[in-house]
Amino acid sequence: MERVPILKIGEVLLVSIQIDLQDQTVLALQEDLADRIVRTGARGVIIDITAVDIVDSFIGRMFATIASMSRLMDAETVVVGMRPAVAITLVELGLSLGGVRTALNLEMGMRLLGAGVPGAGGAPARANGSGGGAGGRSGAAGPR
Amino acid sequence: MTTPPGDEMAIASNDDVVRVRQVVRAAAAAAGLSLVDQTKIVTAASELARNTFIYGGGGSVRVERAVSERGRAGVRIVFTDEGPGIPDVDQALTEGWTSGSGLGLGLSGARRLSDEFTLETQVGKGTTVTVTKWTR
Repeated sequence: MERVPILKIGEVLLVSIQIDLQDQTVLALQEDLADRIVRTGARGVIIDITAVDIVDSFIGRMFATIASMSRLMDAETVVVGMRPAVAITLVELGLSLGGVRTALNLEMGMRLLGAGVPGAGGAPARANGSGGGAGGRSGAAGPR
Repeated sequence: MTTPPGDEMAIASNDDVVRVRQVVRAAAAAAGLSLVDQTKIVTAASELARNTFIYGGGGSVRVERAVSERGRAGVRIVFTDEGPGIPDVDQALTEGWTSGSGLGLGLSGARRLSDEFTLETQVGKGTTVTVTKWTR
C-alpha cells in the first residue's frame, strides 16, 4: 500500500494527492494526519486534489472526516484544486461536503488559512478566535 | 447490441477497485464520453466495485463498449458477485441507507450517475449490477 506524504510549511500541513487512492491509503492518511497535527501543533491542513480525477463517497467522506478531526485539534482544513468534473459528479452523487472548506488553488487555500505566500498579497496572522482551543493546545502539543 | 465482448476482471482486493476505475476510465474515453461523463461513470464504477468487494465478498466486473438503439456509443459495466444478495432492494437503493459502515450513497449514487441501471439479486445466490453511460 502506498502512503501519501505530508509536508509541513510553517504552521500548515500540506497533503498533495498524486496517486490513485485505494481505501486503505485513505484510512492511513487520516491517521497519519491526526498524528502529525498533534506532533507539530499545525494550525491548518491543506489537501490538494488538483491531480485527483475522481472522488467517490469513500474519498469524499475522508475530506469530511479530516476536517472534523482537525477542527477538534484546533486546526482548520481546506480542500484545494477540485476539478470541475469532480465537483459536478460529487453533487450528483449526493455528497455536497457542506462542512468542508474549499479554495480554488493552493495559494488561495494558504491565504484562507492566514498563511499567505510571501509577496502574494496580505498574509494576516491567523484569525483570532481560538481562545479556548489555544489553551487546551499548549498542554497537549509539543514544541512547534 | 454490444461490441466487442469486454475484458473481465476479478474484484478481490482494494487494489482491484482502483484498477476497475482505470479500466473504466480508458473505456469511457475510448467510447467518446465527455470528461464530465467519464468522471461520472468512473465514480459510479468505483462505488459498485467497492460494493462487490465488501458486501459481495468479491466478484468480477466486465467492461464493454456498447451501442444504443439510436446508434449512440457508450460504455457498459457489469458487476457480478456470488455473495449474500440483497434482501430488500428498495431499501438498498434508498439514499443514506447502509448495511455496513458506508454513507449509503453507493447504490443510489451509482444509479444517479449512470444513464441505465439494473440490479438483479437473489438472496443467498448473489447480485449483478449493470450500469451504462451513453455519449450525448
